[in-house]
Amino acid sequence: MAIMKPIKPVGIVGYCSYIPRYRIPAKAISQVWTDGKGGTPITEKAVAGLDEDTVTIALEAARNALLRAQINPQRIGAVWVGSESHPYAVKPTSTIVAEAIGAVPHTQAGDWEFACKAGTEAMQAGIGFVASGMQRYVLAVGADTAQGRPGDALEYTAASGGAACLIGPAAESIATFEATFSFVTDTPDFWRRPHAHYPSHGQRFTGEPAYFEHVLSAAKTIMSELGRTPKDYQHVILHQPNAKFPRRAAKMLGFEKAQWETGLLSPVVGNTYSGAAMLGLTAALDIARPGDRILCVSFGSGAGSDAFSLLVSDGIEGVARRAPTTQAYISRRREIDYARYARYRGKLLLA
Amino acid sequence: MTVEIARHWRLNAQRYSLVGEECPTCHDKIFPPRDVCPHCAEAAGPDFHFSGKGEVFSHTAIYNAPEGFETQAPYTVALVKLKEGPLITAQLTDVQNDDVQIGMPVEMVTRKLAEQGDEGLILYGYKFRPQLAAA
Repeated sequence: MAIMKPIKPVGIVGYCSYIPRYRIPAKAISQVWTDGKGGTPITEKAVAGLDEDTVTIALEAARNALLRAQINPQRIGAVWVGSESHPYAVKPTSTIVAEAIGAVPHTQAGDWEFACKAGTEAMQAGIGFVASGMQRYVLAVGADTAQGRPGDALEYTAASGGAACLIGPAAESIATFEATFSFVTDTPDFWRRPHAHYPSHGQRFTGEPAYFEHVLSAAKTIMSELGRTPKDYQHVILHQPNAKFPRRAAKMLGFEKAQWETGLLSPVVGNTYSGAAMLGLTAALDIARPGDRILCVSFGSGAGSDAFSLLVSDGIEGVARRAPTTQAYISRRREIDYARYARYRGKLLLA
Repeated sequence: MTVEIARHWRLNAQRYSLVGEECPTCHDKIFPPRDVCPHCAEAAGPDFHFSGKGEVFSHTAIYNAPEGFETQAPYTVALVKLKEGPLITAQLTDVQNDDVQIGMPVEMVTRKLAEQGDEGLILYGYKFRPQLAAA
């Protein structure tokens, strides 16, 4: 098994999420398309405002990760932003973020893409970059302003948000990576062609052969290779495209509600795509104690999962309070109706 | 178009991150950056990174927005008194105009200012929102 362990110990030295303040209840979407008679997969989802996009979401998360890490941004050796909603088709999100946090010009920068796991693959690469000694700090961000076709099942869940992880030497970290593992196949469960505004998906095909096959395989392998069982973990975060899939997958793996409830944010935030697993990780880090273990498994359609086993270190004490917690962003909530949502997400034809 | 690009590019630091100057003579903080200190008339410089914290000095709601900003109307424009001294004009965001009050603590965020049509640049820069508490 290709379980990945860094040669030198590497960890997370700073982290933060960002969630826009607007929320549309799933019932408001159901009212428009099913007269309110259809089922709703979550309670509500976060919606980016008119002046927000993947750049601004990534940037706020990155700035707060720096506040928590308390390092000079000039020491960041790479700024990587994973997203499927980069504002430009050609022109990096990462250079704008790097410029705005003060990391330029002596830094590497790049945009990553792999549906909902673009952020975690940037984390994996960051572990390698730091462990190899090529750079001391790498900023890995997952952020999205996901779009769902009006009336489609995904419209209830496709949300906006993101999270940033500053990766650095374990000695300075708040949580150390014990290992990471990826499980990837060519599985066409969800896609978007270059010209298309909205994605297409394989309906029920997105479940068993895609989400469950990849998430469960990645989680089982990393735990068995490390000699761990679900009982060794205080928190588990699985990619959360809705509320049902991650709960079911966590149960199948042998986890209990107390282990997943902190990091399961999709019921009140929606699926923030590249941000989703990382967002759950930030919520767990906000309340984690030294010695806690965290299992985090992302999933990206197309398809693949990245799993991380983390051990929380003493350095976590007092770090959460340096920036707004993920729960603080969730509490900052302004409800909007479908008309305002349609305007904010560019669904109105103005010309 | 080329001139426009250069103009916006030169403003990256001040627009993205509120980078101004500190006068080496009278030590007043200056924003936006300029050649001469507006307080003591000596040469201005070096760079100074503002904290982004301040309070609303005055505000107004914009319903008939100028070209390039129509899609964001209605929005609030405020004079913001920065903690370090300067008074600057900026849009407020993440707040309803009715909820804005003079003296309200605000903080800088970097947001989309405008888009140059469907094929042009997306311009990002500072706005202010009601201050969020850390944890």
